[in-house]
Amino acid sequence: MRLVWIYPDLLSTYGDRGNLLVLERRARLRGLPVEVVEVNSDQRVPLDGDIYLMGGGEDLPQVLATRRLQADGGLHEAVRQGAVLFAVCAGYQMLGTEFGGADGQPLPGLGLLDISSGRGERRGVGEILADVDPALGVPRLTGFENHQGVTRLGGDVKPLARVVTGVGNGDGTEGAHSGRVLGTYLHGPALVRNPGLADLLLTWAAGQQLPPLPPQAEELALRLRDERLAAVPAQ
Amino acid sequence: MDTTLPGRPRLPMRARLATTVGGAAATVSRLAGKGDGSVIGGVISLRLEPDLLSLLAAGRQVVLVTGTNGKTTTTRLITAALSVLGQPIASNVYGANMEAGLTSALSRAPDAPLAVLETDEKYIPPVIKATQPKVVVLLNLSRDQMDRAAEIWMLARRWREALAAAPDCRVVANADDPLVAWAASAASTVTWVAAGQRWREDSWCCPNCGAHLLREGDEWTCRECGNRRPPVSWVLSDGNVVDPAGQSQPLGLALPGRANASNAVIALAVAEAFGVGVDSALAKMRGVTSVAGRYTQVQRRGTEIRLLLAKNPAGWLEALDVMVPAPVPVLLAVNAQTPDGRDTSWLWDVDYRRLRGRPVLVGGERRLDLAVRLEADDVAFRLVDSIDDAVDAAHSPRLEVLANYTAFQQYRAVVGRTE
Repeated sequence: MRLVWIYPDLLSTYGDRGNLLVLERRARLRGLPVEVVEVNSDQRVPLDGDIYLMGGGEDLPQVLATRRLQADGGLHEAVRQGAVLFAVCAGYQMLGTEFGGADGQPLPGLGLLDISSGRGERRGVGEILADVDPALGVPRLTGFENHQGVTRLGGDVKPLARVVTGVGNGDGTEGAHSGRVLGTYLHGPALVRNPGLADLLLTWAAGQQLPPLPPQAEELALRLRDERLAAVPAQ
Repeated sequence: MDTTLPGRPRLPMRARLATTVGGAAATVSRLAGKGDGSVIGGVISLRLEPDLLSLLAAGRQVVLVTGTNGKTTTTRLITAALSVLGQPIASNVYGANMEAGLTSALSRAPDAPLAVLETDEKYIPPVIKATQPKVVVLLNLSRDQMDRAAEIWMLARRWREALAAAPDCRVVANADDPLVAWAASAASTVTWVAAGQRWREDSWCCPNCGAHLLREGDEWTCRECGNRRPPVSWVLSDGNVVDPAGQSQPLGLALPGRANASNAVIALAVAEAFGVGVDSALAKMRGVTSVAGRYTQVQRRGTEIRLLLAKNPAGWLEALDVMVPAPVPVLLAVNAQTPDGRDTSWLWDVDYRRLRGRPVLVGGERRLDLAVRLEADDVAFRLVDSIDDAVDAAHSPRLEVLANYTAFQQYRAVVGRTE
């Protein structure tokens, strides 16, 4: 299992490393050999990854990272070949056809998801709960969002989830997915608080159902998850 | 020595009234047991006279200290160094570092010709404009409480614009932090200090053009636009300060850790701008043993506890360096109240693997977040409900405690304030 972290030098804020560490741990606990590759913005994106991760970033780094990934082409090729791609916040917005630049002006995105993002009226900051697309078989999401983006979904993607509490995409949905590309506004980090989502990505990459983890290996993660779910008054 | 300090102009009537009323409110608040009262006092004063900060700063020699980490300690060290001048110094010693806190600090010391003011990194541009400082100190910039703080590249840009508009001010800046150096380079006069940079996760790319920086040792260079580490005049080297004349001597601080040595070298560069030499400044700075309760050692049920406060990944990294090594047990505590930042994701940006093999206790309101983080780094730990619970579980003559803001305050309230 090859995990590729895209541009930690530009796209790493809000504990994005956590998503990588959780995928690594949950794969290893199942006996899968794991290799982690961190690709900086002056390096080529390898084509042979199984799961690609993109994190959050400030406005300017987001613009720079988009430009470089477009010029590099490696991520597009890997996704075409069926790799899994998981992107958070700024990384999620970049996957679309358009996102808001540093001064709010529309800029072209990577075109890997049929979404387009712009800047909203106010910043969405706080705990978020959302119920996942039943087709994905993942329990309710818990996370922390912190963004001013508003994302519109096109016809070729489905919402990742329906917002219970919080802002998400801004229209009652949260995140988007299509094929093996999945994006979300959730920090927390998302895969730490939602081990089911981490396992979905691992299952896609492995191409088969994964054995369950021994209960003691998950106990703390599930306690944290329960605490966070209970901490937010569901509306 | 430049000890001829200008006299303070007399405050206009409304400003005098504002400081009196604000001071009274602060006293009431203090007597009611609600902190030191500097914020409420300042807020009320400013409502009566919105230009009060500017009026109170007029005629004083002001030093503003800002950055993500080390503001309170550096302010304290500069104040100690400048005490050599024998003049009263206004300073916000309790860390109330926005306009109300600064106003309050100045109105409490109406006759002080000098002011050393810790200033919030987000609010420093208007404070530069209002106080027309003699010196601005830029320590570092890294991710911090991102649910409410501005993004750091944007902050650096605002610093830059504010300094470009203040041609009479001298900047003392850490050349080893590329974001800080980029911001400081807009100023007309800069004293560059090689103060080191332990946390690099927020400065792998050029703040000027965004290209990946080439970093070798302390040097950093942008191959795209030529931006690079400026030549330095003060250097921190293995616990020694090397001054602009090339003279090296041990800092010999009572405060622990690399980060405080870095703060001290910057304080020495500021002292020099006031004509205070290294020897006399250091003699005073060595007498600083604890800052607003940080680094305080207290006895609790036969265990000697040392309290460390750090609020963000860069701060935690430095604090983990400071800790007495194994087998002394460590208590880590995390809350996520508003002053802490409500997003605990930052815990994942810190590398905890160095704690493997030593007794680790985990407390605070968000201890489960930290527990899951430690589990991912294969660090064994035990959850505790309180500092006394930790003392019992540690069962050791010593205990090192690292907590973020409100967790630190809660523990301090239990073990007692010692200053």
